[in-house]
Amino acid sequence: MHILFEPGFFSSSPVRTAVVMGAVTAIVSAIVGVFTVVRSQSFAGHALTDVATTGGSGAFFYGLSPLVGFIGAGVIGAGAMDLIGVQRARSRDLATGIVLGAATGLAALFLFLDTTKSATTGATQQILFGSIFTINPRVIPIAIFLSGVTLLLVGVIYRPLLLNSLNADLASARGIGVRTVGLLFMFALAVSVALSSIAIGSILSTALLIGPAAAALRVTRTIGAAMVVACILGVATTWLGILLSYDSYYWVSSGQGLPVSFFIVSIALLLYLVSGLPVIRRVVETGKLGTVA
Amino acid sequence: MSEVPVLEVDNVSLSFSGRRILDGVSFEIHRGEFTGLIGSNGVGKTTLLRIVLGLQRPGAGEIRVLGLPLSRHSRSLGYVPQKVVLDPDVPLRARDLVALGLDAHRYGFGRRTKQQRELVDKILCDVDAEHFANSRVGSLSGGEQQRVLIAHALVSQPKLLLLDEPLANLDPKSVQEIVALLHRVSSDHDVAILLSAHEMNALLPVMDRIVYLTEGRAASGTTEEVVRSDVLSKLYGHHVDVLKLHGRVLVVAEPGAEAGDIPDHPTLTVS
Repeated sequence: MHILFEPGFFSSSPVRTAVVMGAVTAIVSAIVGVFTVVRSQSFAGHALTDVATTGGSGAFFYGLSPLVGFIGAGVIGAGAMDLIGVQRARSRDLATGIVLGAATGLAALFLFLDTTKSATTGATQQILFGSIFTINPRVIPIAIFLSGVTLLLVGVIYRPLLLNSLNADLASARGIGVRTVGLLFMFALAVSVALSSIAIGSILSTALLIGPAAAALRVTRTIGAAMVVACILGVATTWLGILLSYDSYYWVSSGQGLPVSFFIVSIALLLYLVSGLPVIRRVVETGKLGTVA
Repeated sequence: MSEVPVLEVDNVSLSFSGRRILDGVSFEIHRGEFTGLIGSNGVGKTTLLRIVLGLQRPGAGEIRVLGLPLSRHSRSLGYVPQKVVLDPDVPLRARDLVALGLDAHRYGFGRRTKQQRELVDKILCDVDAEHFANSRVGSLSGGEQQRVLIAHALVSQPKLLLLDEPLANLDPKSVQEIVALLHRVSSDHDVAILLSAHEMNALLPVMDRIVYLTEGRAASGTTEEVVRSDVLSKLYGHHVDVLKLHGRVLVVAEPGAEAGDIPDHPTLTVS
């Protein structure tokens, strides 16, 4: 037992908070991530992480909860990207770049102010790279509520969003409000990024959003199955990351564990690489894994 | 014929940044008819189809579907857009795309009923797509994808099917197959078809009517009525010859007419 779980893993309250928060975050990221990949909006997702950084660092400076900053900035950023232009893929790309640039500039200012104010680099570390073991347990109910709302939103717009993601012409011919659906999805993306910013840091939340979803899309035959597999991979990745980070406290003599985010991102990358192996592809093509869900 | 036409295009005009794209275009489509919308690239075929669908407003004129002014959410139209690119990396089976034709406009949750799943199966059979119904739609060939898109448009049981250049980028064998398929589907499902193409020859055996579009103006009628030297010369504004060779039609400009007048000519290509 001790080989896998170092002493105190299950009795530690920060670990329990991390496990719950990690799972909630991973599930929302997986579901939203599947659509993000299908819609080729990874870049928009990444831009929202930069926007979240701005919000998080701003909130820290003004003494607010980082979650408020992450979500507030994300929703504003999503709206701004929609306003600048989402009708065409090209201007969508451009809008994303503009918002990303502006947000990162502001984040640089806030992070500088935070560091000056608190006289440590802790704030920068916490906002950019997360702090899943130091999450206030009181955040958990809020996180669960926000996750529920986001998942409900994605569920409600599921079919219009799916057709819109495949081809906008097909969707508008069916009378789907392409722009409304796109904007609602951007809000879901903003909340998802905010949640994972708390767990693994704003800069790294793209990894949890895209990694498990991209791997799942490679090994499944339907969108529904991809969502189920992405959730499983996401939760497994996060929990394994938490475990390894906790255990790493006992590996190095410095008396400090290695960051959770590092483990989560590494595992996500590994999963994605494995999902591309020819062996896996063959299994999917011959239909043996394709019947999942 | 006292029955209400499936589609009435009444004097539709549209200008875009000073350029007249459509200039008083009028034609009707009746129940179950196969109509070819023929014209060169860039002549306004896609624009006209988008106006019929209600995705674009005409500058002037009116569209009526089954006698009623067009509402944006009209369910009586099926549409197969031009150049649909389906990503091979998206796990979506052919049958999933067809099923979205039934309920993609619906918000909220809800499983598809047994009847709906049976309808999807039936439509897939009708377009000869049953043997790749469970394959990833993005990895199918162009002709196969076209069948799936036709099934997607048909499954909501429309009265009129609009297809924008469905034969472009297909090999000659697939062109023949798709044309034969559309002809069959049109009578089996009692659905009228309006299909745009820059090449009319493949459609000659199945077209009930032709709408010939050039420089924003249109002539419509049966192929015999429209594809004639005098009618097309008037439409083009200068003399063109219509040659009939082994059941194929060639529209050629008189030697001496400026080449620029008939850019990328609709029927000049001989395959």
